[in-house]
Amino acid sequence: MNKGHKMILREHFGIKAKSDQYVIALAGNPNVGKSTVFNALTGLRQHTGNWPGKTVDNAQGSFSFKDTDFLMIDLPGTYSILTNTVEEEIARDFICFAVPDVTVVVLDATSLERNLNIALQVMEITSKVIVCVNLLDEAKKNKITLNLPGLEKELGVPVVGTSARQGIGLDKLKEMLYLAVKEQVIFRPRQLHYSPEVEEAIAQILPKIEQLGLSDYLHPRWLALRLLDNDEMLLRKVSAYLTANSDDDIYREVSMAL
Amino acid sequence: MTVDFNAIPLSQLSIGSSCRIGEIGLNGLLRRRIQDLGITPGTTVECLRRGPSGDPTAYVVRGTTIALRKEDAYQINVFPI
Repeated sequence: MNKGHKMILREHFGIKAKSDQYVIALAGNPNVGKSTVFNALTGLRQHTGNWPGKTVDNAQGSFSFKDTDFLMIDLPGTYSILTNTVEEEIARDFICFAVPDVTVVVLDATSLERNLNIALQVMEITSKVIVCVNLLDEAKKNKITLNLPGLEKELGVPVVGTSARQGIGLDKLKEMLYLAVKEQVIFRPRQLHYSPEVEEAIAQILPKIEQLGLSDYLHPRWLALRLLDNDEMLLRKVSAYLTANSDDDIYREVSMAL
Repeated sequence: MTVDFNAIPLSQLSIGSSCRIGEIGLNGLLRRRIQDLGITPGTTVECLRRGPSGDPTAYVVRGTTIALRKEDAYQINVFPI
């Protein structure tokens, strides 16, 4: 992936990361302690404002770990990244088009079942996902026991347990982020399988999408699913954002094909 | 899908009772949103209480309370348990 293009893409979202800073997106349902994790990691080194052109709060903060600098972006809390509230659109667009180096999905340990929806959705878009199971203290209070290694095995991405309010587990999260950006973690995100009809349709259009050469940015399978959804808005954005890479005509082809 | 005569609309579920979700008769964005909130076929849902004018109604879904409008809940078929 072209580094300059990555920076241009990020600037669309008001992100001005230094060239040696890794960009981390923080996603998750509302009220899972996302901002607590964010505050605990970045402390007072924060910058808050709005997302460009939207009246939705945007917070970015920096921290370093073992001489490596990170810029963390607190995305709006959403239940999904497919439907069309402004918040969900921002969260999805950021994950798709700002190409974060790693996306952390924060889950509520007391209602994992409902929370896993967004984790699976993010894992469909990008491989580099770390799952942070927060509110472990609340879960303990409610006598909920969690098998985090088991969850990690099922999901195929790193799982870190935290109680951000008490500051527990945050060092592990930082360590994992460090290992992830240094490419010392293998991500094998579990992919959902749909009904035979849908799978057949995906198999049919997948070769064409793979030819477009967008797999550095988005999973071709996810793009195929959105094509089948006829998500016109997203497809228009794919061509708008990804055509910014001037040295490649492939992207113009996308817009034609879509 | 076979017609099941035991199915009732979610909006007719009485307060305090539970049900299993059958078919979601909604379309488009609302269908997606309902599913994102965890209401999928087979999920157990409990009716918690109703708003002062009989609408909306609060339901407990997978450990979380969410409110649905009567007209939307009417489109969801459920099996009382």
